[in-house]
Amino acid sequence: MGNVAVIGAGMTKFGELWDKGLEDLIAEAGAKAVNDANIDGEDIQAIYGGNMSAGRFIGQEHIGALIADAIGLTPIPSTRVEAACASGGLALREAYLAVKSGTYDVVVAGGVEKMTDVYSEQVTQTLGGAGDQQWEVFNGVTFPSLYAMMARRHMHDYGTTEEQMAAVAVKNHSNGSKNPYAQFPFKVTLEQVMSSSKVAEPLKLLDCSPITDGAAVVILASEKFARKLPQEPIWIIGSAHTTDTLALHDRKSLTSIEATRLAGRQAMKQAGVTPKDIDLAEVHDCFTIAEIMAMEDLGFSKRGEGGKDVESGKFNLNSELSVNTSGGLKSCGHPVGATGIKQAVEVTWQLRGEAGKRQVDDAKVGLTHNVGGSGATAVVHIFSKEVD
Amino acid sequence: MAGIVGYGAYIPRYRIKVEEIAKVWGKDANSIKKGLNIQEKSVPAVDEDTITIATEAARNALSYAGIDPQGIGAVYVGSESHPYAVKPSAATVAEAINATPVMTAADYEFACKAGTAAIQTCMAMVDSNMVRYGLAIGADTSQGRPGDALEYTAAAGGAAYIIGKEDTIANIEATYSFTTDTPDFWRRAGQEYPRHGARFTGEPAYFKHVRSATEGLLEKGGYSLDEFDYVVFHQPNGKFPIRLAKRMGIPLEKLKVGLLTPMIGNTYSGATPLGLAAVLDIAKPGEMILATSFGSGAGSDSFAIRVTENIHKNERPVQMYASRTKYLSYGEYAKHRRKIRM
Amino acid sequence: MPHRKSLASIWRRIPQRYRGESTMCLNCGRHFFPPRHFCPYCRRKSKIAPYTISGRGKVMSYTVVHVAQEGFERQVPYVIAIVELEEGPKLTAQLCAVEPEDVRIGMPVEMSFRRISEDKDDGIIHYGYKFSPILSPKK
Repeated sequence: MGNVAVIGAGMTKFGELWDKGLEDLIAEAGAKAVNDANIDGEDIQAIYGGNMSAGRFIGQEHIGALIADAIGLTPIPSTRVEAACASGGLALREAYLAVKSGTYDVVVAGGVEKMTDVYSEQVTQTLGGAGDQQWEVFNGVTFPSLYAMMARRHMHDYGTTEEQMAAVAVKNHSNGSKNPYAQFPFKVTLEQVMSSSKVAEPLKLLDCSPITDGAAVVILASEKFARKLPQEPIWIIGSAHTTDTLALHDRKSLTSIEATRLAGRQAMKQAGVTPKDIDLAEVHDCFTIAEIMAMEDLGFSKRGEGGKDVESGKFNLNSELSVNTSGGLKSCGHPVGATGIKQAVEVTWQLRGEAGKRQVDDAKVGLTHNVGGSGATAVVHIFSKEVD
Repeated sequence: MAGIVGYGAYIPRYRIKVEEIAKVWGKDANSIKKGLNIQEKSVPAVDEDTITIATEAARNALSYAGIDPQGIGAVYVGSESHPYAVKPSAATVAEAINATPVMTAADYEFACKAGTAAIQTCMAMVDSNMVRYGLAIGADTSQGRPGDALEYTAAAGGAAYIIGKEDTIANIEATYSFTTDTPDFWRRAGQEYPRHGARFTGEPAYFKHVRSATEGLLEKGGYSLDEFDYVVFHQPNGKFPIRLAKRMGIPLEKLKVGLLTPMIGNTYSGATPLGLAAVLDIAKPGEMILATSFGSGAGSDSFAIRVTENIHKNERPVQMYASRTKYLSYGEYAKHRRKIRM
Repeated sequence: MPHRKSLASIWRRIPQRYRGESTMCLNCGRHFFPPRHFCPYCRRKSKIAPYTISGRGKVMSYTVVHVAQEGFERQVPYVIAIVELEEGPKLTAQLCAVEPEDVRIGMPVEMSFRRISEDKDDGIIHYGYKFSPILSPKK
């Protein structure tokens, strides 16, 4: 089987985009990616679109056809992919498999979410749908409360502190301040994070990712097709997708996301890399504790030391490993279905050397990590400038 | 003869002091405390209601009795604060204690005496062999109109009684009721708060009915007051039962154990059942208990109860619940009692 | 506006929510909550049988919720916990009859019967389990 390349990438600005609907967002990101890829619409053979909950956010289902329509690509097959907050990452995975299998030469992997058309209580309710409705949400669980319980247990077992979690937000906002696409492109201080209002203790408002509108698209192609284009492609050298129990309480551990651990291991094995080989990682920091656990589960930190490592600056831009150069979900924003694709867009730009002020020096290998719910789905991809 | 096979109590842990309520309405707390003989009252948590209180009390009763809940053939919940106007509290309680489905159930309402009416129904059903065990519960989360005198006393709590003939811990030797149409206190359908006749609730209502039922019981059963070791009277405040005991020549010592209102308020349908439970918590075999309820509107049920040698330690006695307290401000109280619209 | 839950979806889970009825696997001895139709460990060798949880357990982790979902606003701040039951399974529930500052990981708790939420002012009331500190030994 041949290699799979990223030949184009594009995204909208992330934020509260009051004047744009879901169809506007995906059309904008799609057009940018197609132009970036130097291809024509006729070249595209299939679409995989990540979207968590247009049905509850805007009352619109049938998102596969809507995306094909919005970007003017009917009648090609267009499939909506849903895995809560990992919908985008999973759309990328499905697109990757479609090319890898030899079925198609050129496919679109997109992600889109329009979240600000409803009141924030409805957003809370809808995101709660990523958890177990009957055995978690029914009893009063909110989405932040699940990560808060992981944080509490991580603090209990490893001595992780609220300041260490806050350091994740400080770092990601610092990165995001250099990203023109970010929803909150400004720095925050440790004090600001620590004194922000309580959401689900120990998580505070600035430990949480925001409610965001946005879309992102990458174009994948077979090696044969990619080699014909004028630009240098970026290669997907590892791809993995794992699942775990829907409810947090049924997992083996509250301090580790097993799905991440397994997906990370599988993707790195396929890519033939170890954590040391990776120059930058876009990880799923829906809450600050999630980034700390991701560092441990992906092998970038020893178990229980993710908090200390982030506090020490190990994951700052252009230090040992640059983590969430885009600003992450925290600062760049988290339009749930688009996030997994945005991570791929950021890594593509970084590996091409097009990331501007937040450019990672000499970036060769990048990783994306997208989580659904409280860890029932994990998708990891590894990208490289070089391919065997 | 029907008797008590098991019993259980439940009182929410929240309290509000008379001072805290009086302060809001510019009233003199000391004169209210003295006038009503009450210090504080119990308040349900936001997530408690008559059904949850009745269920907790019923679970305690089952635990005390050690019987299979499937043996319960009838469940009656007496309350003036059923969460639904139409949909039985009793069915939810019965499901929660695993007494369903081969059983009968209904909700009772007779102001503060619906719980004792339920006990009488269960006695009749047990004595007639319609059921092996009947479960009678009196529970309330009563409401007083903000600023009304009832706001100082309207409290929450309940007690459950498993009535049967086998292994009784106390036998109900006699019961006697006295009922008339007396409009001393009421709540019209659809209204949030009750209204009352102020001083009219005293002589023609509470005193007349409680005394008549009690005296009727003594006469019917051939008892003298001296035979009773404990007396429980309905207690809308801390004052009425003491005044009645004095008039009837009952030593206050006999009233003390079952007089809970001064510390937890008037638990309405739960009041007489809880007072009786507090007595059973300490009663010894052979001792006699006189209990008379009162429900506005108006009626009283009086019971002569003899404790048997089966009585044993209650792991969750009334005093344990009564001494479990967390005090609320009036603002928090208003939130708990849904006086704040959201 | 709080959204209405399906009546049947609430009703069919009454045995679990009111009484803690569930299933276990007789082949490996694992207890489940909520009930499973087959054992994910034994799969084809599963031997599923009913059991009822004791209602006792201990707190594995907890959080104090300040921003509630719809229908829970009046309860704020409230405690959500993951409780490990004596029989082994874990579940997520609110803690009640305890102040948030008194909750600890490892704290023993028991099942209480409480209102969970309600469908507006005119819909049905949802009852179920919450967990509270253990009051006293119980048979």
